[in-house]
Amino acid sequence: MHEMSLAEGVLQLIEDSSKKEHFSHVKTVWLEIGELAGVEVEAMRFCFDAVVRDSIAHDAKLVVIETPGQAWCLHCAEVVHVNALFDACPKCGSHQVQVTGGNEMRVKELDVE
Amino acid sequence: MCNVCGCGTGETTIGGKAVVNDEHGHEHGAHFHVHADGTSHDHDHTHDHEHSHSHESTQGEHRHYHLHEAGSAHEHFHTHHDHTHDHQHAYGHTHEATVHYGLGPAGAHAPGMSQSRMVKIEQDILSKNDGYANENRGYLAEHGIFALNLVSSPGSGKTTLLVKSISALNGSVPLAVIEGDQQTDNDAARIRATGAPALQINTGKGCHLDAFMVGKAMQQLGLQDDSLLLIENVGNLVCPASFDLGEAHKVAILSVTEGEDKPLKYPDMFRASDLMLLNKCDLLPYLTFDADLAIANARRVNPDIKVIRISATSSEGMDEWLDWIKAGCSKAIDRKSIDSY
Repeated sequence: MHEMSLAEGVLQLIEDSSKKEHFSHVKTVWLEIGELAGVEVEAMRFCFDAVVRDSIAHDAKLVVIETPGQAWCLHCAEVVHVNALFDACPKCGSHQVQVTGGNEMRVKELDVE
Repeated sequence: MCNVCGCGTGETTIGGKAVVNDEHGHEHGAHFHVHADGTSHDHDHTHDHEHSHSHESTQGEHRHYHLHEAGSAHEHFHTHHDHTHDHQHAYGHTHEATVHYGLGPAGAHAPGMSQSRMVKIEQDILSKNDGYANENRGYLAEHGIFALNLVSSPGSGKTTLLVKSISALNGSVPLAVIEGDQQTDNDAARIRATGAPALQINTGKGCHLDAFMVGKAMQQLGLQDDSLLLIENVGNLVCPASFDLGEAHKVAILSVTEGEDKPLKYPDMFRASDLMLLNKCDLLPYLTFDADLAIANARRVNPDIKVIRISATSSEGMDEWLDWIKAGCSKAIDRKSIDSY
């Protein structure tokens, strides 16, 4: 249940931010989760709902922005789309690819009052 | 043009030039506004872009602030009766830069609910853990300590390999061990039997060690300068991949009694590791395990991963592994003396 720790991390960021920005209620939370971040979005939603109970984000809507996996192919010398960490380059089939994007997991912003 | 915010086609300008944006759709239906001055008006809208409104009344003129996803903001005024709008952009932006998520705060634009605002966070979910990990890393660097985070599935032979490695090092490198398991201190007891200081962390229901736990354990262990710290993570090929503990390297241990495709099944872990120990190699003659295929699979996930074939039983590969550790220790000590200048 690694998503549980992540959901707790999200709540912590929200609570830290509520002290700085002085808000008492969170209506919407935007998360950015990369395709390659190793986060199961459905599990994340489930854990988020469980974790935010009795918090300032208790009825917050969770919006997940899923970003595509991107990698630099050394052979093609260009950025290609990959679905998984071990994917070959879709153009040349080489495994000499370096992931350049799609591994982020971050809290982007909050709609608060 | 939208009567609420004046953001319709031909109204949005960047540097005085109109921006045509067909995607900026509005539907108009029944919508009720109460403004700060007590006046109210009716109209419908749903926005298919996200922005929050705040209304301030200044002598019959209404000021709106919009905060868009991309961080851009604009301000416009409208007078109450004719709803003419004037857009002023804080800086140039197109509405296309706005990320659309269906109905947003506009849907919650109910009477008296105009306090809503957007707060930019842009922080990594793991930033808290990463902060602790950086503290650990700083401490380790300052004291010339080479730390390894050993990760694998349960039963890959991590603890046996550690016990053998500690015996083989035979005091040539001062070392300490942090053991992570959900329950019991069996593993720490096995390590202590070698004479090395070991501390057990029981994660309870947790599936991984995190940087905070390790930081605490480091304090409690009282690490020696210029030493080796071996952290045996909870047997789990999934979660420990995401949690930086402040170590120099993650070392993945894969035993030949597992499947060759494990690196493909659990790619995050093999990607996060710098070294893979292919353990229990003494058993290869009795198994159908294809070691070359397993290594090829690990390299598919992580082209840079170093691999050592090893056996705690037959001592195959042990010298190479210990040399790798010693090289890391020397580097950590060298770096400390460079940094202290």
